[in-house]
Formats: sequence, C-alpha cells, structure tokens
Amino acid sequence: MVSLMYALGPAADTEVSARLAALEAAALAAQSAADNAWMLASAALVLMMTGPGLALFYGGLVRKKNVLGTMMQSFTLMALVTVLWAAVGYSLAFAEGNAVIGGLDYLLLDGVGGEPNADYAATIPHQTFMVFQLMFAIITPALIVGAFAERMKFSAMLVFMSLWLLVVYFPLAHMVWGKGGLMNAFLGGALPCFDFAGGTVVHISSGVSALVCALVLGRRHGYPQEPMKPHNLVLSFIGACLLWVGWFGFNAGSALGSSALAASAFVATQFGAAAASLGWVLAEWIGHGKPSVLGAISGAICGLVAITPGSGFVRPMPALVIGFVAGVVCYFMVAKVKRKLGYDDSLDVFGVHGAGGTLGALLTGIFATKAVNSGLRDAGGNPLPLGLVDGNPQQLANQFLGCLIAWVLAGAGSFLILKLTDRLVGLRVSREHEIQGLDLSLHGEEAYNFES
Amino acid sequence: MKKIEAIIQPFKLEDVRSALKAVGIDGMTVTEVRGHGRQKGHREIYRGHEYEVDLLPKVKLEMVVPSERVDEVIRTVLESARTGKIGDGKIFVYEVVEAIRIRNQDRGEAAL
Repeated sequence: MVSLMYALGPAADTEVSARLAALEAAALAAQSAADNAWMLASAALVLMMTGPGLALFYGGLVRKKNVLGTMMQSFTLMALVTVLWAAVGYSLAFAEGNAVIGGLDYLLLDGVGGEPNADYAATIPHQTFMVFQLMFAIITPALIVGAFAERMKFSAMLVFMSLWLLVVYFPLAHMVWGKGGLMNAFLGGALPCFDFAGGTVVHISSGVSALVCALVLGRRHGYPQEPMKPHNLVLSFIGACLLWVGWFGFNAGSALGSSALAASAFVATQFGAAAASLGWVLAEWIGHGKPSVLGAISGAICGLVAITPGSGFVRPMPALVIGFVAGVVCYFMVAKVKRKLGYDDSLDVFGVHGAGGTLGALLTGIFATKAVNSGLRDAGGNPLPLGLVDGNPQQLANQFLGCLIAWVLAGAGSFLILKLTDRLVGLRVSREHEIQGLDLSLHGEEAYNFES
Repeated sequence: MKKIEAIIQPFKLEDVRSALKAVGIDGMTVTEVRGHGRQKGHREIYRGHEYEVDLLPKVKLEMVVPSERVDEVIRTVLESARTGKIGDGKIFVYEVVEAIRIRNQDRGEAAL
C-alpha cells in the first residue's frame, strides 16, 4: 500500500488515506457492534440468574408456606438495586475516587451514555457496561436471602439490603473492579488480585454476610428437630439449570467483549460446573449411600461459584480440578461442618458461596496463567506471569489478602448493619407469623391454591 | 347396612377398584391419607440432613353396602389389596344407621 501511494503521487495519497481511515472506522464499528451484542445478551443472562433462576432455586428449597416470600425477596431486589444503582451505586463503584470507594462523577448516571469508557471497556457503550455491572449488584444481595429464609421481616430485608449495598457491595466492587481500586490488578491497585467475575465481590461478600445473618438472626423455630424438607425440588432443579446457563453471561460476559477470552471463560465455566457436580455426588454417594438430585444441582452451583474468579485466567484442565475440589469441599461444609457448628444458614449460602468463593479465589492464585489472559504487561509490552503455575508465588499471597479484606468488610459490615436494622424495624417476624409462614403473614397470599 | 373402610397401599387402588367393580360395587369414596401401623417409615436425605419419615402415604376407601354383601366385599378387598408385606393396610367395618340420597330423598338400602 505504501509503495502504491508513492507511485501514484500526492493526490492519490490523500484519497488512499481517506479510504484507509474509513475502513478502520468500519472495522472498529463492526467490532463494537459484535461486542455490544454479546454484552447486552450477557447482561440479560445475568438478570435471568436472579429471576427466575435463583428465585426458583431458593423457592423450591423452602417449605411451601414460604415460597412466595422467598421469591418476593429476590424479585424486589431486582427492582430496589436497580433504583439504587441508578442514583448512587454505579458512581460509588466505578467512578474515579480513592482506593476504597468511587467518586460522585456518575451520580444519577451523569455522563454515562453511548460513548465507551475506555478504562473499562473500549468497544462497548458505557451504558452497556453500566447495566451489565448492575446485574451483578442485583444477584449478590439476592444470594444472601437464602441464609435468613423463612424468618426475616420484609421491611428489615429492604433496610438491611439497601445499607448493605452502600457499606459492603459498592466499596468492594470499587476496590476490585473500579479504576484505582485497592485490589484492581489492571487499573492501578496497590494489592493486585485476580477476580475475573466476582469471586470476592459477589460470592465471598454474599457468603460471609449470609453466615453473619444466620448467626445474628438465630435459628428458625424448630430447627433442627423439626423436619424442614425442601417443598419442591423440581422448582430448584429448573432454577439451578437456569443459573448454570445464566452463568455463561456472568463469566464469559466478564471478558467485556465477544473475544477469545470470552470463549475461554465460557469453557472454564462449563468444565468447573460439570466436575463439581460429579464431585459432590460422589462424596455424597460414599457418605450417605445415595446420589441425590439436590446434590447434583448443588454441586454444579458450587463449581460455578468456584470457577468465577478464575474463569478468565485458567485453562480448561485446571477448571476441572477447581470444580471437582469445590464440589467435594462444599459438600463437607454443608453436610458436616454446618451440622457440627449448629448455625441455621437455611439454604447453605455460606457453605456454597462463602466456601466455594474463597476456594476459587485461592486456586485462581495457583492456576492463573498468561497463556489465557495477557492483560497484564510490562513496560516492553510482554505479558507478565500471573499465578503460581506461571512462576509467581506472590500472587497466592495477594489472593489470600484479597479474601481476607472481603471477609472482614462483609463480616463486620453485615454485623453492624444487622444491629442497626434491628434497632430500626426489628429483624424477625413474630413466632406466630413464622409458624403461619411468610406468604400469608407478610404478603397475604398462598402459592398453591388447588381448590380455587 | 354396613360401612367398610379399607386403608390400602396407594399403588393397589386400581386393582381393588376393578375387583370391586367386577362384583358389582361401583360406589365408593377415596381419600389420600397418611399414617402408619407396624410398618417402619423411611429415611430422606437433603444435603446431608437426614429426616425420618414415619407417616407414609396410604389410600382410604369407604363404601356402604347391604349387610349380606359385607363378607363378599371384604374377601374381594383382601384378595386384591394383599402383597403379603408389612404395610398392606387394614379393613374396618361399621354399622350404618341410615343412608339418604340427597337428590330424591331415597332412604335405606334404596339410597345406596
């Protein structure tokens, strides 16, 4: 092309330059269109994880007098978090601020429009990035509701979750993913941690907060003597399958474009879920004599949780290892450790998300490799080693510290917010209402009216 | 008139119904019930949490028949509901004081 321009003289030179510029713009627009299509689809997939995915998964696990109350909590969070996100949440998480919390530049979504924000995702509209991140802010508190299922006041849930987002989620999201955040490995964090899709931000934060909720609220009346069997495992089964599918948006979408990295995260997600399901079922088969459906779907969720932080950093075979280990470890957390310690984390949010998330974050420090993710480069443009397998043992220590920060922030933050919420509106429904069930006592409805 | 109440295994309901139909009994009330006698319950496990389930699903059949047919009905139920294992159920027989058909106020055996 260059020699052609010289040969044809200055007039042709400008014409060729103009055509080159037009071609370049067209190529960029095509990439932007492709990336945007995948990211909007991913955002929708992640919303599907909360409703109907999580709502069905949790709804089936509670007793039939509480199924609507449980679904109502997930669904209301879809609405509540969206409003909070638009007002202050996105800004506090992703506007430039200090190392711990974002600033107020994007208050009321000011300046968040069709132009990309090159710091986060250069090829998609800023609005796409904003709404994709919103879906993560929705599902994280929605995960916690499993811990206090069947006994928390609806008003208390609204107050607790609003404060929790402000005190725990927005700062943590900023620290891990926001520009200048303390743990952001790619945008100037002092303690570089790898959390591709939310091992710390989503799963450790929700899992640890769930444990604190279970401890502060106390057990359900009658636990553990009274049978509290899941009322409809078919609902839970459908919910778990929707979660698995939605997780492709969660993890592969976190590549923020329809790239090879997205494909790699997609593959790791599938492999992690599969191996974990087998791991849980195997452990349970040996431990209790029967492979159960609830075990198979719970195991898959554990694998999806554990592969989340490493999904954009690890190869397929380590994804299988991470998943299998998570399936076995989470089974022991839920079936053995919880029974031994006696807390009533009703739907095992800590055992699945807290344990699985922590395990995944640590294993990411081992298996993260530049062969998958070359986003970190030295001054000469060469990809930097990531995890232990790349010869960077320091990363494991960073991952550990990152987990510690998330544990402390979620644990202490949740404890204080629960105490405050208890003062303001009271945390638990009355004993009578709890025995009657939340559907009737709080919402004036019943889920199954077969006679009508 | 006597009322015959038979509590049987749910999966035997169709066998019993067709056997009774064959001897000309085609009116009955069927209820899904739960209970246990000497039969032990079973164990269910959810995420390692074990539950003993003592009350097992059964089906209760109720029918009112002329007194002279009681033995025949009992024999029919016994033959069709029996598996020989614990949990097959029980039959109870009661005296019936009166029977009234709501539609036309027939009374006694005419109402059956």
